[in-house]
Amino acid sequence: MILAAATNENLAHTSNVLIYSAMAVYMLAFFAHIFEWIFGSRSKVARTAAALTGGGSPDAEAGTKDTGTVTIKVATKNGGTTVLERPKIVTRSASGSRDVPDGPGADGGDVQGDMWGRIALALTILAFIIAAGGVLTRALSVQRAPWGNMYEFSITFSTVAVGVYLGLLASRKLNIRWLGLPLVTTVLLTLGLAVTVLYTASDQLVPALHSYWLWIHVSTAIFCGAVFYVGAVATLLYLFRDRYETKLIAGEKISAFATSVLERLPAAATLDKLAYRVNAAVFPLWTFTIIAGAIWAGSAWGHYWEWDPKETWSFITWVAYACYLHARATAGWKGRKAASLALVAFACFLFNYYGVNIFVTGKHSYAGV
Amino acid sequence: MSDTDTHAGRGRAGGPDGDAGPTGNDGPAAPEEAPAAQGETGGEEEAGGALTRDEADAREIGAAGSQLSTAPREEPLMAGPRLGPIGWARWFWRQLTSMRIALLLLLLLSLAAIPGSLIPQSSADQNKVDTFITEHTTLGPLYDKLQLFHVYSSVWFSAIYILLFISLIGCIIPRTWQFVGQLRGRPPGAPGRLTRLPAYTTWRTDTEPEAVREAALAVLGRRRFRVHVVGDAVAAEKGYLREAGNLMFHVALIVMLLAFASGSLFKSEGGKLIMEGDQDGFSNTLSQYDDFTSGSLFDSGNLAPFSFSLDNFIGTYERSGPEVGTARKFQADIHYSAGPGDKEHKGVIKENHPLKIEGSNVYLISHGYAPSVTVKDGRGKVVFHGATPMLPFDKNLSSSGAIKVMDGYRDKSGKKDQLGFAALFVPTFGGKGQMLSQFPAPDFPVLNIGAYHGDLGVDSGVPQNVYQLNTKVLKPFKDAKGQILKQSLLPGETMKLPDGAGSITFDKGPVKEWASFQITHQPGELWALGGAIAAILGLAGSLFIQRRRVWVKAVTGPDGVTVLEMAGLGRSESAKLPEELGDLAVTLIPEAPPAPDPDADDAGEASAAVAPADHAEGAEK
Ligand code: HEM
Repeated sequence: MILAAATNENLAHTSNVLIYSAMAVYMLAFFAHIFEWIFGSRSKVARTAAALTGGGSPDAEAGTKDTGTVTIKVATKNGGTTVLERPKIVTRSASGSRDVPDGPGADGGDVQGDMWGRIALALTILAFIIAAGGVLTRALSVQRAPWGNMYEFSITFSTVAVGVYLGLLASRKLNIRWLGLPLVTTVLLTLGLAVTVLYTASDQLVPALHSYWLWIHVSTAIFCGAVFYVGAVATLLYLFRDRYETKLIAGEKISAFATSVLERLPAAATLDKLAYRVNAAVFPLWTFTIIAGAIWAGSAWGHYWEWDPKETWSFITWVAYACYLHARATAGWKGRKAASLALVAFACFLFNYYGVNIFVTGKHSYAGV
Repeated sequence: MSDTDTHAGRGRAGGPDGDAGPTGNDGPAAPEEAPAAQGETGGEEEAGGALTRDEADAREIGAAGSQLSTAPREEPLMAGPRLGPIGWARWFWRQLTSMRIALLLLLLLSLAAIPGSLIPQSSADQNKVDTFITEHTTLGPLYDKLQLFHVYSSVWFSAIYILLFISLIGCIIPRTWQFVGQLRGRPPGAPGRLTRLPAYTTWRTDTEPEAVREAALAVLGRRRFRVHVVGDAVAAEKGYLREAGNLMFHVALIVMLLAFASGSLFKSEGGKLIMEGDQDGFSNTLSQYDDFTSGSLFDSGNLAPFSFSLDNFIGTYERSGPEVGTARKFQADIHYSAGPGDKEHKGVIKENHPLKIEGSNVYLISHGYAPSVTVKDGRGKVVFHGATPMLPFDKNLSSSGAIKVMDGYRDKSGKKDQLGFAALFVPTFGGKGQMLSQFPAPDFPVLNIGAYHGDLGVDSGVPQNVYQLNTKVLKPFKDAKGQILKQSLLPGETMKLPDGAGSITFDKGPVKEWASFQITHQPGELWALGGAIAAILGLAGSLFIQRRRVWVKAVTGPDGVTVLEMAGLGRSESAKLPEELGDLAVTLIPEAPPAPDPDADDAGEASAAVAPADHAEGAEK
């Protein structure tokens, strides 16, 4: 017994050391990203401005982008391969959106900027591995899933958020390297808050939390939160970038700093699309999370739904995201208004995890803050 | 690591920069005017003067882009009718079932849910509500009037969700018909100029147009598109499941609401405290409940006739560490039978593991101690012997209760009287001073008793709390100093009442525990679960499946070579469309191999892509 307890304490200690180490590496990644943006600002490409204000013909076809001609190999019936020319697909952006190319990314095409960007990414991967180790040892030390209190929730949430980012990068389907700096910054803030204000020594759960539904409910909630986070950052940057593009078209003055930062981001339409895809993709999972929570509440407390503050705010978050999805299909609400709704929805999500635990008491306030 | 990601944007931007020029008329207001789904407003009113690119597009795409979803058409909110009452009713219905009002109601619903999470709710804790009202003399009554203490059953909250669901039904029915119509119909024919579509490709081939169309029908059909030939083009559509999923989701929401509504109308819910080893236990009739609530359509004749009793309660607690005293395990070992004819079964109820029996769920809600005492009267006769449940008031289970001796007691002179003992119980006594427990397990149990006699008021008809004595009516026994007679007892110890009025003994042996159970019966649970599963599946279909159309047009050009054009249309968010079109093209190429370009000039790539289109259009006419 005592031996086991000592191992657990050692593991908990290891976990703390790992979390602090991860913070240190994230800090380095943060600086590397800063260098990436600084070196990137040397680039004088200013493509967006050129695309929007430069005097070309107003021909509608001007906005077409092409995916390039790709040569592909196809197996033929008799076992050999033939080389086919993949035809060039000409795409046009949807009606209503401007035809603006995406920015070149944080490094702005600068060689040194690019190098710092790669260093930042490498450091982020390292920090992610260390933090994941921290979460894992924490889980081992308490012999349960690592989300029994807000400290554990925070370290797990931030690690999963970085995992989602790295996963999206690895899938290569979306261009989201611009997310690096905002992500690392928020992760540092979250971890900083976790180790100072929210820290709770490792221990087991009260019986109400012993349930596999807890495992399902909280793990999906954390994952949804991480993905909603990516969606929210994309939405926020969309709002900035959209204002920037509008101002460019109107010929208004924009500060050099804003220009330098914003022209390197993807186009507003790209960010908007990305935000939608990310939010829409997890919305069914978020729906499932709430239902799983109701099932768990049903078996733990005898009531599926009692309008407990946590349940209420999950519901509010859900309705707010439904509003966002609806707004995108409602004339007069697309674009900036819908984006604001997405931000409100994410704010509701955050409030549910921090605000409700701290300011409101309810059945969920086991969390020992 | 992800080199391509960094450079993807650059590569594209660095391409034919001259081509990516401005779109002059495309002012900042353009997004606002954009149609809901492409082409939704196609061919509608024409603003005088120059068309924006979008308007031009919408007109070009026309019917080909219509009904890519079944979303209701947007109508201007302010277009009030000039008609009579029927006109107004129609106008009102149209507004209520419009996307805009649905959105507004959804927004209202989320806003309306907020106060209930910040203001104490009587459904959760009536005591908190009462304290709030006494503490806030102005806000309290105001909140009460606004029904803010029961937000989720308030008139205004109900009004919002009922309107929302009326709107939802009003939306689903026409959409379903429309969708059935779309399923019966065929994909619309190709628009005039395929180049206007979001994804487009073209090549020249020596295969005859007829054969190209045949091949396209086969290729698209194999990919499970619905296909047919319209004029000189093959029209194909896929992804109807998106619409089906969306409709299923919205219908599932209604099913869930109805399930909850019927559940709360027919539900019954009650609490029962049972002592360890109490042979009578509980049988499921109305009179057995300590407290009971039910929906307005509940019929007590429908209570299932099961019964159960508590054999043993086990509670374990953290013995060390920072969270010492925190509960680790609660378990109630029970015996139950499903009805009079059924034999007894053993069972276990734990937190998270209710007993499901005859459509009801039995939950373990709380637990506490029931110290056993023996009371003798003035003549030395045992007039009370048994355990009395005490209510815990802190997390270490310091508890309070009342031991009432109602019948049989006679004082020294043989006169009938009633006895009442105000009891405090601590499972782990912390030494001198306060009766506050140090630990929730019965490590060092102590019972503190204050003694009273007189009329317990049991027969007065006024409902009274079994855990409290009405000390205003009762007379205390006094000790030598004139104070209320009060004493802390260890198991086995006895407190003598003054003047030979009898005695009370805290019985030796392990202290009994009690557990309280909640018995709920809520019909419609399965419907709600089914609705929830359908909602998730429907949502997944609605959000993951893309509905898209593909057209393959083949016409003979003036030089006798076939010009093949392919274009795709989907919702603006669909990113996969160009990719899919590329894949389709690749599968089509073996059947319609590209013919050598007559003017082998690859400088003007972009214009090459456009030129055949105009060409084709000419040929079509
Ligand atoms: C009870 C509350 C409602 C919820 C939670 C809800 C939720 C949703 C969600 C999540 C979507 C998917 C959005 C997407 O495809 O991007 C959707 C789509 C849709 N909803 Fe609702 N909805 C509700 C009520 C309504 C009502 C009252 C109407 C009728 C006006 C309606 C009409 C639609 C339509 C037409 C779509 C399809 C939009 C499209 O094709 O883009 N919904 N809804």
